[in-house]
Amino acid sequence: MADEIFILIPGRTSKQGCGISEGKFLENYQRETSRLQVASEDMERLGLSEGDKVKVTGEHGQIEIEVFGARPGDLPPGLLFMAYGDLSCQLMGSDTHGTGMPTSKGLDVRLEITHP
Amino acid sequence: MATDIIDATTGANQEGASQEIKIIEDATCTFCGCVCDDITLKVEDNHITEAKRACVLGKAWFLNHAIDDRPSCLIEGQPAALEEGYDRAARILCEARYPLLYGLSDSPCEAQRIAVSIGDWVGANIDSTSSVCHGPSGMAFQSVGEVTATLGEVANRGDLIIFWGANPAESHPRHFTRYSLMPKGLFVPNGRKDRTCVVVDVRKTKTTKTADLFLQIKPRKDFEALWTLRALAQNVELDPDRVEEETGIPLATWQTLMDKMKAARYGVIFFGMGLTMTRGKHCNTEALLGLTRDMNAHTRFIAKPNRGHGNVTGADNVISWRTGYPFGVNHARGYPRFNPGEYTATDTLARREADAGLIIASDPMANFTQAAREHLATIPYIALDPKETPTTRQATVAFTVATYGINTPGTVYRMDDVPIPLRPAFDSPHPSDEQVLREIENRVKKILNIRA
Repeated sequence: MADEIFILIPGRTSKQGCGISEGKFLENYQRETSRLQVASEDMERLGLSEGDKVKVTGEHGQIEIEVFGARPGDLPPGLLFMAYGDLSCQLMGSDTHGTGMPTSKGLDVRLEITHP
Repeated sequence: MATDIIDATTGANQEGASQEIKIIEDATCTFCGCVCDDITLKVEDNHITEAKRACVLGKAWFLNHAIDDRPSCLIEGQPAALEEGYDRAARILCEARYPLLYGLSDSPCEAQRIAVSIGDWVGANIDSTSSVCHGPSGMAFQSVGEVTATLGEVANRGDLIIFWGANPAESHPRHFTRYSLMPKGLFVPNGRKDRTCVVVDVRKTKTTKTADLFLQIKPRKDFEALWTLRALAQNVELDPDRVEEETGIPLATWQTLMDKMKAARYGVIFFGMGLTMTRGKHCNTEALLGLTRDMNAHTRFIAKPNRGHGNVTGADNVISWRTGYPFGVNHARGYPRFNPGEYTATDTLARREADAGLIIASDPMANFTQAAREHLATIPYIALDPKETPTTRQATVAFTVATYGINTPGTVYRMDDVPIPLRPAFDSPHPSDEQVLREIENRVKKILNIRA
């Protein structure tokens, strides 16, 4: 599992957007930006259950985060999704390739189960 | 118990008693780039209790911006007088050798204008949240051009609506009903029935549920997918196996989409950060804008970025009026220079070049890369925000400001560059962005002996 490459897509969600207005230090925002969505096939294949913690390691950083399964068909196997926030930013690199924009989506990462 | 009802739009005042209730008609929501200006607000005792017609994001915006019970100014975390804060802020900026002025996208144009002046006086890098949003699209506009329209035109004419790398169902919830899919327009009198909706994305989202045709492409293959369509637009023969291998979609499906695009009377592509934040960035957007241009050989087609913050489009406009460039502008030599990747915020911070900052209505401490955040934490900076954020917590000088659109008037630009006035609901004891920035500018000019 640690050698398998997944592609991480951080993005916006309604809950994350509402959480910005409610307050970034409050439960809703913190909760929404601290969960990793995994394809249902990958959850089953890797023996993951909702609430398990995984270590996500990218080229530029490492985080520990809870997982939850996507509804069947919503995410293709090999793809991960999480709401933008502090944790997703820890995986972004600072090279903007002459644009000002760090590569923030489509990040290669590895997963390692830490707290099943 | 009777109630004192004041209709703010008519001034009508009915008999009542204990608490004041105000109704604000046609209030403007500034949470996202849709800038919906048809919201009816109910205000009770300086608190918005109802926001009719607002979406889930708009309701959260309006209902959670009561008066923040924090000091208007904090210096190094301690409450301070505003005058002290203005003095300290001006000194920080004037003593810096390579200051960064960043944010602006949740601030009205009137404040943005003063901010750019400050940046000019102190020779700062001026950058907005565009650089980590649709900045790459701005670069693509410069290299390809933009076939564009207002959202009103889309509502009245668009019969093929494509969402590419965008999820407005979550990021711009009223996009469909106000502008793109549902409106019954002059040339689409039956609304949704007269429109075809296509979604291109790497995953299923709430937006894909609205699609008549959903193309789930391989991650990081937008560029290849867009060039496939560019080839089909010009009847170039393609290898079906190669196309499917690269994009994850059979060539026949791409051909079906191209047939729909050519048959449309008025095609629209709304694109999101699926393009600009993914490897390729401005090259992805250039491909999309090139495709849009190509399609005009067959029919009318336009493309629009789905802009995020309430006045990020205003920031692009104001910085362009004042400097000639939309973001990532350097004033160190006394005149503006534009170079994304060099003068943009992430770069100047991550390379540890910026030695002071003025952060307006944005939260780089929550949204920037780790290297950029670590450097920002080491330099003196000023932050303006209505709420406490990771950025205000670590600021040398933090101003709690009134919320634009809720407490202060002004002008914002909708995502289609249409200016919209703000109709505030109630006063705030905190100063506005405009007031804070004007006070800082006055002090900067005094320190630098500028008499203009």
